[in-house]
Amino acid sequence: MPIFAPVGHMFLSFLALVGRVTVFAGRTIGHMIAPPIYFRLIFKQMREIGYFSLPVVAMTTLFAGMVLALQSYSGFSRFSAESAVATVVVISMTRELGPVLAGLMVAGRVGAAIAAEIGTMRVTEQIDALVTLSTNPFKYLVVPRVIAGLLTLPILVLIGDILGVLGGYMVGVNKLGFNEASYIRSTFQYLEQLDVVSGLVKAAVFGFIITLMGCYHGYNSRGGAQGVGQATTNAVVSSSILILIANYIVTELFFSR
Amino acid sequence: MSTPAKISLRDVHKAFGTKKVLQGVDLDIAAGESVAIIGGSGTGKSVTLKCILGLLTPDKGSIMVDGVDMTQASRSDHEDMLAKTGMLFQGAALFDSLSVWQNVAFGLIEGKGMKPKVARDLAIARLSDVGLSADVANLSPSSLSGGMQKRVGLARAIATEPEILFFDEPTTGIDPIMGDVINDLIVKCTRDLGASAVTITHDMASARKIADRVAMLYQGKIIWDGPVSEIDQTDNPYLQQFVAGDIEGPLDLDLKHL
Repeated sequence: MPIFAPVGHMFLSFLALVGRVTVFAGRTIGHMIAPPIYFRLIFKQMREIGYFSLPVVAMTTLFAGMVLALQSYSGFSRFSAESAVATVVVISMTRELGPVLAGLMVAGRVGAAIAAEIGTMRVTEQIDALVTLSTNPFKYLVVPRVIAGLLTLPILVLIGDILGVLGGYMVGVNKLGFNEASYIRSTFQYLEQLDVVSGLVKAAVFGFIITLMGCYHGYNSRGGAQGVGQATTNAVVSSSILILIANYIVTELFFSR
Repeated sequence: MSTPAKISLRDVHKAFGTKKVLQGVDLDIAAGESVAIIGGSGTGKSVTLKCILGLLTPDKGSIMVDGVDMTQASRSDHEDMLAKTGMLFQGAALFDSLSVWQNVAFGLIEGKGMKPKVARDLAIARLSDVGLSADVANLSPSSLSGGMQKRVGLARAIATEPEILFFDEPTTGIDPIMGDVINDLIVKCTRDLGASAVTITHDMASARKIADRVAMLYQGKIIWDGPVSEIDQTDNPYLQQFVAGDIEGPLDLDLKHL
């Protein structure tokens, strides 16, 4: 029936896209382990992706921790479980909220910037110029960004975790009347190493996804300013969706019994 | 042709979907020769250049550079070919994130592994060759005029002293006087390096000044190929129309929207 034709066409286009992204990721990984590696560019990108994302990640996680303390106190008071607030805040922040919120915020800030920069380089022939100057664009543009994403997201998330817990502590102690020492003791009492490690692994996966999708959409942008704008939008949307899907998969791998 | 061809294209075809852009291009460029490929917009001039550089892969045919078929070449052969070429892009294609001298020195530092301090001195010498002072070395490319950007692009193209130079519409987008300055610089730089040069242009004044030989591309094929001195004596109606810039004639121009 004609009604199925567009559905089939969309499905085949989606499969083709998945194939192209997989090949792009494979090429990226291949170039990551073969010299030359541009360490100077990796450090520059770590500053762009990590250092300059710090304010937005810090604000997001701090307030997320504060809200979490308020919400869980309000909910748990219904069955007299207020003492679990500190534990809920720290486990939620390290396992889920820290990596996911930081990932989504960085996807918006960095994924868009990467797609716009590389996309502009594509439409103004700067990527072709790199080739004519005996420089592999993959090694020069893509690999430093992806390595920087892989390395900096876990650091950002670790800082975000600490600030989230701090936010919960500030609300718990100053507004909800918890004792400082008992709140801190409750925070660490049930926290396991796996809670933090799983969050950091998620962060590394998200860092790879964000930078890879930014580079992929920028590298393949066509058609001038409109094409660059489309690439930017696609980079943010696709990396945000993939972050949420990858979050489930990594959670399943770590915590399914 | 008395000297062996530096670049030789044989029966080169390239299509994008159903649109056949190149349909059997044959062209030889001798060592030290300067050839201009002329033709209207959309006739495949840029595609030809990108096929020679390996930025696009032809569907069929061979592209020999110094006797090596680039359509079958290994990665290292391709890198060797790029190491002896320089290219001036239509919009200069300077890297926004780097300063002027870093742009000029890019091929020396990244391609040839030269120390940045030495490369900077060489870059400033190349800027001087194209009439730019050392004052512009630390500026951002975006702060330069179109003509200055073209000159920086030319300095970058010649910085590694290549054996082959490609010029993509070198005078497009700049005023006629600056265009003439660029043409003079291209002639000077090509002569000083003893390089083979391929220029694609639709600017006949530029073609006459830069090239020893002109090849006209139309409907995916070279339809006329001869010395610059014979352009005005030709009885080829396509070339006559193109040179005169007439709307009426055998050239099937895409003027449906007019």
